[in-house]
Amino acid sequence: MKEYESGLWIFMLAAFLGFQLIRGVSPLLHTPLMSLTNAISAIAVVGAILITGEKDAPPLSKALGFIAVTASTINLVSGYLITDRMLKMFKKRGGERQT
Amino acid sequence: MRELLLPLLYLLAAAGFILALKWMSSPATARRGVFAGEIGMLLAVVGTLLRFEVVEYQWILIAFFLGSAIGVPLAYLMPMTAVPQRTAISHAFGALASALIGTAEYYRHTPDQITMVALALEILLGFLTFTASLMAFGKLQEILPTRPITYKGQNIVNLFVFALAFVSAIALIVSPEHTWLFPIFAGLSLLFGILLIVPIGGADMPTVIALLNSYAGLSACAMGFALNNKLLIVAGALDGSSGFILAVIMCKAMNRSFSNVLFGAFGQLQTTTAKATERPVRSAVAEEAAYLLESARSVIIIPGYGMAVAQAQHKLRELADALAKRGVDVRFAIHPVAGRMPGHMNVLLAEADVPYDKLVEMEEINPDFPMTDVALVIGANDVVNPAAKNDSTSPIAGMPILHAYRARTVMVIKRSMNPGFAGIDNDLYYMENTLMLFGDAKAFVGDIIKELSSAARVA
Repeated sequence: MKEYESGLWIFMLAAFLGFQLIRGVSPLLHTPLMSLTNAISAIAVVGAILITGEKDAPPLSKALGFIAVTASTINLVSGYLITDRMLKMFKKRGGERQT
Repeated sequence: MRELLLPLLYLLAAAGFILALKWMSSPATARRGVFAGEIGMLLAVVGTLLRFEVVEYQWILIAFFLGSAIGVPLAYLMPMTAVPQRTAISHAFGALASALIGTAEYYRHTPDQITMVALALEILLGFLTFTASLMAFGKLQEILPTRPITYKGQNIVNLFVFALAFVSAIALIVSPEHTWLFPIFAGLSLLFGILLIVPIGGADMPTVIALLNSYAGLSACAMGFALNNKLLIVAGALDGSSGFILAVIMCKAMNRSFSNVLFGAFGQLQTTTAKATERPVRSAVAEEAAYLLESARSVIIIPGYGMAVAQAQHKLRELADALAKRGVDVRFAIHPVAGRMPGHMNVLLAEADVPYDKLVEMEEINPDFPMTDVALVIGANDVVNPAAKNDSTSPIAGMPILHAYRARTVMVIKRSMNPGFAGIDNDLYYMENTLMLFGDAKAFVGDIIKELSSAARVA
């Protein structure tokens, strides 16, 4: 099987899985959901690290990779932290904090 | 050893992301979901740093440090009312990263045609989402005018720019070695992102933000194809489908199609009809409002973007508490598109310590309005406009609304009679059982609370 073909299979299955999972998310949590998926899309950091850390990478690659690692790290760090900060605020009646 | 271990790390990382989304289904497990996502990301980063190709670490570490130095304060200092802006700007960062990686990949070695398809998608989506998100950020932050900006032939111009970008992408795929085409392609993608958001007004932001979320994910997914990395494909597909579903939900909640949101330029033609007739309204002061609320058995509060602007959520919670103490049943009715992003109102009210079982979705609460004594509308407009149901010529015709007009008494806190964001006059304000409470939302709610407590002292 060609590389891109197995990639497409994985894409198809992951997309359907995503549809199912997101349908299950309560509208109450749509904002934290969006900041969580935002943090997950910082997975681009993987590509950025590969470009930046390559042996004898040309200066252009290094520079672009450096910006990309920085931008993804901002997303990654702030995305997870703010999602958690939001979720901490959701409480049931009685005021006990979620753990 | 490393060859055996590293794919496993990626596999576990993908599982972590899937669990993260699964656990987001309920507030009780959601924080566990974030933790699963964090573990997944940690595994992915470690798994990448350990790869044989990665040999030079100093720039990566500097970037980690720099990114964290910016990201941590961004997460902790950002007020909750600014969450839509933060989301927009982080879409911009994510998309930029993805587009730049694609660019670096292209220049590193001339890719073959199949890789070029993936790279072209990655770069197109990445760059257009980057500028579109910056524009959305500008509009939400009110650096840019929030009203839709339209001009004659706008859709044709947009279509033309997109067609050019598309053609240059095809040309690059046919012959990837034409490097002179690349900057043109990138520039057109950037330009298209700007043009796409120019005609979009604030009321459509929830849909647009969700759509940009999807694009950022799909761009990362395309990168997965270009780099032949399954983890990127999975994570990108999850994000892409998430943003897409949210966008569909938002569209349904406005009874509009995608193309209508993106190319419809909402809120333009109504300016002529807005001031057609001066109709009488009944207004009331805080004292009367307090009296009515206090003697009610059930109250439904309907918050909208105006509540966020006035930062009235804390005062509103105080009011709800004060009423609840007097035995009034107080609930909040949340319209799916209230605010500037999906779920915006829920986060603000949760921040103000309103328990989440008091936040009720539209379908669930609508049947209760006829049995409700007071519907208190605060900073919402279009989502309670009966014209959506009654007037088939209205621009919001067919949009599902909260049936506030069915309540025995409707109170609307509003600064003035100016029409709302979509620029559409609201019949609700002129109904016999409607009381207009003119003033700043936060100050007015504060006044009602004061009246309530002084009335209690008299009694």
